[in-house]
Amino acid sequence: MQLTEKHRQYWRRNLRLTGMLLAIWFAVTFFVGWFARDLQSFVVFGFPLPFYMGAQGTLLVYVALVGYYAYCMGKLDREYGVQEGDE
Amino acid sequence: MAGPTQTGFFSQLKRYYSLYTGGFIGFIVMLAILEQMGVPNRILGYIFLGVTVLLYAGIGILSRTSDVSEYYVAGRRVPALFNGMATAADWMSAASFIGLAGTLYLSGYDGLAFVMGWTGGFVLVALLLAPYLRKFGQYTIPDFLGARYGGSIPRSIGVFAAILCSFTYVIAQVYGVGLIVSRFTGLDFGIGVFVGLGGILLCSFLGGMRAVTWTQVSQYVILIVAYMIPVIWLSVKHTGNPVPQIAYGYVLEQVTAREKALNDPVTPDGAREAEVRTIFRHKQEEAEAKLKALEAGGAVYLAAEKARLVNAAAELKAGRDAEPGAIEAAGKALAEFPADAAAARNAWHMAAETGRAKAAPIAAHAEPFAGTDEATRDRKRKNFLALVLCLMVGTAALPHILMRFYTTPTVKEARLSVFWSLLFISLLYITAPALAVLAKYDVYTLLVGSSFSELPGWVSAWASVDKTLMNVTDINRDGIVQLAEITIGSDLIVLATPEIAGLPYVITALVAAGGLAAALSTADGLMLTIANSLSHDVYYKMIDPNAPTTRRLAISKGLLLLVAIFAAYVTSLKPGDILFMVGAAFSLAASAFFPALALGVFWKRANRMGAILGMAGGLATCMCYIYITYPFFGVNAPLWWDINPISAGIFGMPVGFAGVIIGSLLTAAPDKAAQALVDHVRYPSLKSDTRTETV
Repeated sequence: MQLTEKHRQYWRRNLRLTGMLLAIWFAVTFFVGWFARDLQSFVVFGFPLPFYMGAQGTLLVYVALVGYYAYCMGKLDREYGVQEGDE
Repeated sequence: MAGPTQTGFFSQLKRYYSLYTGGFIGFIVMLAILEQMGVPNRILGYIFLGVTVLLYAGIGILSRTSDVSEYYVAGRRVPALFNGMATAADWMSAASFIGLAGTLYLSGYDGLAFVMGWTGGFVLVALLLAPYLRKFGQYTIPDFLGARYGGSIPRSIGVFAAILCSFTYVIAQVYGVGLIVSRFTGLDFGIGVFVGLGGILLCSFLGGMRAVTWTQVSQYVILIVAYMIPVIWLSVKHTGNPVPQIAYGYVLEQVTAREKALNDPVTPDGAREAEVRTIFRHKQEEAEAKLKALEAGGAVYLAAEKARLVNAAAELKAGRDAEPGAIEAAGKALAEFPADAAAARNAWHMAAETGRAKAAPIAAHAEPFAGTDEATRDRKRKNFLALVLCLMVGTAALPHILMRFYTTPTVKEARLSVFWSLLFISLLYITAPALAVLAKYDVYTLLVGSSFSELPGWVSAWASVDKTLMNVTDINRDGIVQLAEITIGSDLIVLATPEIAGLPYVITALVAAGGLAAALSTADGLMLTIANSLSHDVYYKMIDPNAPTTRRLAISKGLLLLVAIFAAYVTSLKPGDILFMVGAAFSLAASAFFPALALGVFWKRANRMGAILGMAGGLATCMCYIYITYPFFGVNAPLWWDINPISAGIFGMPVGFAGVIIGSLLTAAPDKAAQALVDHVRYPSLKSDTRTETV
């Protein structure tokens, strides 16, 4: 089976989106974690920032990342005509 | 449960489960009325646990099937929303439900590694694996390895690793089931294990994945209701705000202020704390001195110590003016005296460690990586991040979770269902840190400073159940509770929250049922994974590819029974530390599966030799590190870069990746069929793709 240039472009755009979202995932998890002690003095909603991020903030970011990915890929599938038939 | 179309099926499911949830709430109200009428607590506990287990069994029996696709992947028509709930229940184990809030209570910020690790992993599942595995559309994870890399060696390593990490994990679940059943019904632990297992088998035995899916959805409803009600109540009690996740920032500020006061010897409370800590420091020094003498004197010293105790006891008995209780105390000290040098070393080492921990000032709840010097803080930070990474990658590699994404109707639904899973999981994980802080506030302000003669009811109730869960001893004999005099086990927080919040017993029974639901649902998924790996991958794919459907399913069911009995047997031996076993399962899965699975999709060049080297190398590295460093195995080699054995995956993963890459580059590129498979999984639908129509 032969892939067309269009197919390859779809895959490249998927890779770009995946890479971008993984970078955000990495930053909120490990960047904030590494500098946790230095960020202690920032306060959000009464919490020190690193504690808030660990207990709530990063989780909300994760949910948003996964939701955004599902939304974008659904759109991309249709744009490139690789979506599945309706049920 | 079949509907004419997928949309019809979906609305039918919504109707069933709305009715179910309503019925469940009605059931709670009914039991609450029974409680008011004076039905004893023991009976309420029996009714609650009995009815929920019968309910799961009922769903399991209704979902019985003899169709291969129904049995292994629930017919691939589970809508995203419901697959999300089932995955959430599959995911959240006894450790999440009962243990997590307690771990957060005890270790503050550092415990958040579990919260982040157990949720962030789903980002990896969504982005790197779920949609592609769904498109591949077979039955097990070793199936993918077998098809992508060819030959039976990658599949065999996959089967071995799947069974190893699922079995390690399932022991922890069965243990949780036994604990809950025995605590709330008064049955013996061993019997509790078997009663719980009966529940598990009734769910999955007749209907496989189909039965497990629909029971897991119902278990999610129970466990989330059971988790939320007491926390909301506690939040209203302390803040007047029914949304604990928002309200506890303010409570955390007060906890932090209270920590400062208790650590400051100038305040009256702080002075009393300091007094207790001094006593603990003396105990620590005493134990350390004994240890030192033991190292120098060996068995001779031990015998002399024992003789001294015998003499002291004899003198007391002979004398007339012994204080009341002194003779008993001397007898007890003698009875508890360690039998040999090894036991003495352990006992005194423990005593020294306990004393050291109790003598230290209170660690601030919200402070990351607390420590007295830079080296300690740095070591804690490294271990925190390593654990987060292992838990995340392990999440994205545990076969019982990945398998769930085979059950959605389409790739698009698979992506959506990761979103729902993560949302449903986060609901509990965002609440757990709130519960920890609210419970801490209660203990720090209401329990500390109260008088020993009028302890709150829940304290004495739990202290009489189990001393490792709750223990208060008046160390400095001033009649007032100090924080350093309280010992709390991590499992206590969730189990005792209803009583701390002052709720009726029916809510305590609800929490027990929630914990049982969490443990049963995870155990269901894991046992099915193990049985399916053996029956599908080993028997059908390797031994007898021509086996008829009926025999394949019969073998699968038979194996399920054997695995369950074996798991119950191993659990009844009460092996090791639960949290460590759970962590180890994640490290093992991360090292063995993740590199080969992710590169299998994203790197066409990856081939059989790479997969074999990567999986075997990663798994071997991880197992080897756990073996040489975890105290249980007795090797006690020095740690590599101070990384704790629970995060062994941090070494296994890079070895796994390096193995796949080096092995692949040294040998020829994979054949056309494997490359076509990669293209096949990358696109939800390819017009000219012959493989698109898979089962």
